[in-house]
Amino acid sequence: MSELFERAQRILDAAIGNEQIEVYLSSGVDTEVQAYQGEIEQLSSASSSGVGIRILHESAGGAQVGTAWAGSLNDAAIADALREARDNVRFASEDEYLAFARPDGVEPGHLELSDPSVSTTPIEDKIAIAIELERMVRSGDPRIRQVDSASYSDYVAQAAVLSTTGIRAAYARSGAFASVEAIASDGGDDQTGWGLSAGRAPGELDLEVAAADAISRATRMLGAVKPGSMKTTAVFDPRNAATLLAIIGGALSGEAVVRGRSFFADRMGERVASELLTLLDDPTDPRHFAASVFDGEGLACRRNVMIEAGYLRGFVYDTVSARRAGTVSTGSAIRGGIAGSPSAGCRALQLVPGSLTQDEIIAAVGEGIFVESLMGIHSGVNPISGDFSVGVTGRMIRNGVLAEPVREVTVASTLQRMLLNLSHVGGDVEWLPGNAAAPTIAVGEIAMSGS
Amino acid sequence: MARRADGTLSEMETTLVEREVLERILAAAMGRGAQFAEVFVEDRTTASAMLDQRRIEELASGRDRGAGIRVVVGDTTGFAHTADLSERGLLAAAGAAAAVAREGGGGVREVALGQLDAHRSTARLRPHEVDKARKIELLRVADDAARSESGSVTQVQVGIGDSTRRFVVANSDGVFASDEQIRTRFNVSCVASGDSGMQTGYRPLAATLGFEIVTAEAVAQAARDAARQAITKLDARPAPSGDLPVVLAGGSGGILFHEACGHGLEADAILKQASVYTGRVGEQVASPLVTLVDDGTVVGEWGHLAIDDEGRAGARNVLIENGVLTDYMWDYLRARKEGRSSSGNGRRQSYQHLPMVRMTNTYLLEGDSDADEIIAQTPRGVYVAQLGGGQVNTATGDFVFGMTAAFMIEDGRITYPLRDCNLIGNGPEVLQRVDAVASDFSMTPGTCGKDGQSVPVGTGQATMRLTGVTIGGAA
Repeated sequence: MSELFERAQRILDAAIGNEQIEVYLSSGVDTEVQAYQGEIEQLSSASSSGVGIRILHESAGGAQVGTAWAGSLNDAAIADALREARDNVRFASEDEYLAFARPDGVEPGHLELSDPSVSTTPIEDKIAIAIELERMVRSGDPRIRQVDSASYSDYVAQAAVLSTTGIRAAYARSGAFASVEAIASDGGDDQTGWGLSAGRAPGELDLEVAAADAISRATRMLGAVKPGSMKTTAVFDPRNAATLLAIIGGALSGEAVVRGRSFFADRMGERVASELLTLLDDPTDPRHFAASVFDGEGLACRRNVMIEAGYLRGFVYDTVSARRAGTVSTGSAIRGGIAGSPSAGCRALQLVPGSLTQDEIIAAVGEGIFVESLMGIHSGVNPISGDFSVGVTGRMIRNGVLAEPVREVTVASTLQRMLLNLSHVGGDVEWLPGNAAAPTIAVGEIAMSGS
Repeated sequence: MARRADGTLSEMETTLVEREVLERILAAAMGRGAQFAEVFVEDRTTASAMLDQRRIEELASGRDRGAGIRVVVGDTTGFAHTADLSERGLLAAAGAAAAVAREGGGGVREVALGQLDAHRSTARLRPHEVDKARKIELLRVADDAARSESGSVTQVQVGIGDSTRRFVVANSDGVFASDEQIRTRFNVSCVASGDSGMQTGYRPLAATLGFEIVTAEAVAQAARDAARQAITKLDARPAPSGDLPVVLAGGSGGILFHEACGHGLEADAILKQASVYTGRVGEQVASPLVTLVDDGTVVGEWGHLAIDDEGRAGARNVLIENGVLTDYMWDYLRARKEGRSSSGNGRRQSYQHLPMVRMTNTYLLEGDSDADEIIAQTPRGVYVAQLGGGQVNTATGDFVFGMTAAFMIEDGRITYPLRDCNLIGNGPEVLQRVDAVASDFSMTPGTCGKDGQSVPVGTGQATMRLTGVTIGGAA
């Protein structure tokens, strides 16, 4: 960690005149094993590192920024990036709201997000996880005819953000994942199911859960039919409810709001959702896989209330979008990697759970569709207009219990209406990888399109 | 970069790493008893600029250089990559990749590379020859053009970018090939606001060529089109639900074939029996009007490549001919298993990724119907002017694709605009439902994602009709 600090400090020391420099350095090691038919199909392991540099010039009319990055930490690459970033500054528009983050006095939390056993676990043990996972799925049900991918992967990563405006943040994180995709067949019909277990270290993985999930999701879809079209209630399991939350989170970005690209703009304080909905973005909660100590600009992450009992309470901001909106950063800068600038976004959304079990929600709904997989999120959801239309697979809900499996069907509404039509919130939050965690939810008045 | 008097590059300049070093690295990678080893060295320079809310927000430049080394032992592939292109760095990566050959043995093996098969971009206006000020000017041209369409255009975002990717691939079979791929892209996104809320419009311009494609005229036209698309959608009504005939306008409808069958014809899915098209070569899998081609040789298209990322020449491969499945797409590894040769479809996102079977430019050959006639002969249906992305489950054949500009067809006439939604279908079923193909062929650029890797691809077709597809609307 101190080595990243030293390298970053050397780059800051190269500042010329009154320019400000922000440096983002990252380095990491990734390992991935794929098993197939009891053997290693692929094994890769590699370390990588990179640097992203932003240079800012302040003048009477505002500030200008230029960026450059390099997929290497060698001196020549860094010198090239500095030179390019400086050259790029000249062409940017002057902008009175542009600035780098400055320390804001919020103390970073204490979270242990990196587990040393990722690095110390022998590769043989990691290979064994992938092979065992494949074996468990293949032998777990006679209807599983193929396991087209079974993998173990992990990473350890370190990153540092330093700036001439006083930012000095460094963090480390690790992750380990076991994932498997199975194909079930009953002779005529093929269906697929995907299972995952994730943790911060290989020892936290539960292969039984991942294998059972893949087997169950694939086999219970066998014989799926295309249902008729109707207006109905859709129940989303925690995995798919989290996907919906992540989309909603995009519209809660202060950046989308100040750029006029959010349907939440101008609705602060208003009722935008069912009273059952309380939505937080809280990277300080260690249960959340995306928990983090610092944001992408090096400010401490904090707990932000987005929607409270249906009322819109807040947006997430980074430094620049906050200045544009006349407020302060909520510690919510997200960085996609070494390339480009940070931007405001939700990092660790969670829907505050209710107390119902999944079975109770299904019983309460009575008639509807239980959604177990979503398809076409990127092509069928417009986060600006709110139009929502996605392909799903799942099971029909009849007389309060799960009935026949269905496929080749879409569910459609608008994000605005779905928030208001939320009718049940479960207590079964699943803390899965990704920027959102949710329990089972039910949404009424959904247009289901089939035959 | 030093040039020879005739303007060509010397071998060393072309290959990034000297031939003798590559030979020694390959020998080391093979030393533990491997059957195949490959070094892929890449140097990529990218630049981008963005305009948003009338401001030039940021110019960004990036550079990525490194090597990926893979070693094949039996059915196992070992892979490692490094940003350190010194012989020591490459040897370390070769050792890591070769660690899968755990039996050891084999000893030192000689690897002799053949003559260099060098290719070079045909771009006329190379990125480094274009002033940054000129790029900024084009962003402003587009912004002004979009805003001048109507006062209801409230947001305009314009991006311009280029990448120059030089790579060399050398393997233990003696293959030694290099390429330089220059790609240029420009895109404009508009938001229009009205009483019904906000709507969006989008237009890309992209080619495996230089800045000659980004003229002021082309940029302004794309911006006006994007603005008009957003404005038109302000009057859009919810799309219908249920099965209806669908007419796909020429160009972006090619994504249908990319999803409905393209991915299912990739040999990695085939060899794992994870595709509905497994074992169906020679069978009638589509309407006789369908002749589908994957073609890396179409110069300038977004998926164009002189050689693929395994050093194999790009090729024109007929996948479906008059409805009959003729062949799959192959990379080195999958072809080797079947004792045949690669079809030039081995691609990777970067040196940090293993190659796999990927599409290049995938298109449906045009037919002889008239586009206007096809609409006139559709009593009730949906006309899709632009498709967004899509997704497929190759094992079941179920796929979706999103329409981002669409209209209702009533009594053979285009009537009102529809809000965005997904269409859903099953590949093998939908392929049988093509009942008319026009002659107004065009292509669209896109980005294809698979197993976490993105590569540029082209898709294309002429205006065509499907007798029935499920429209995922809210009405």
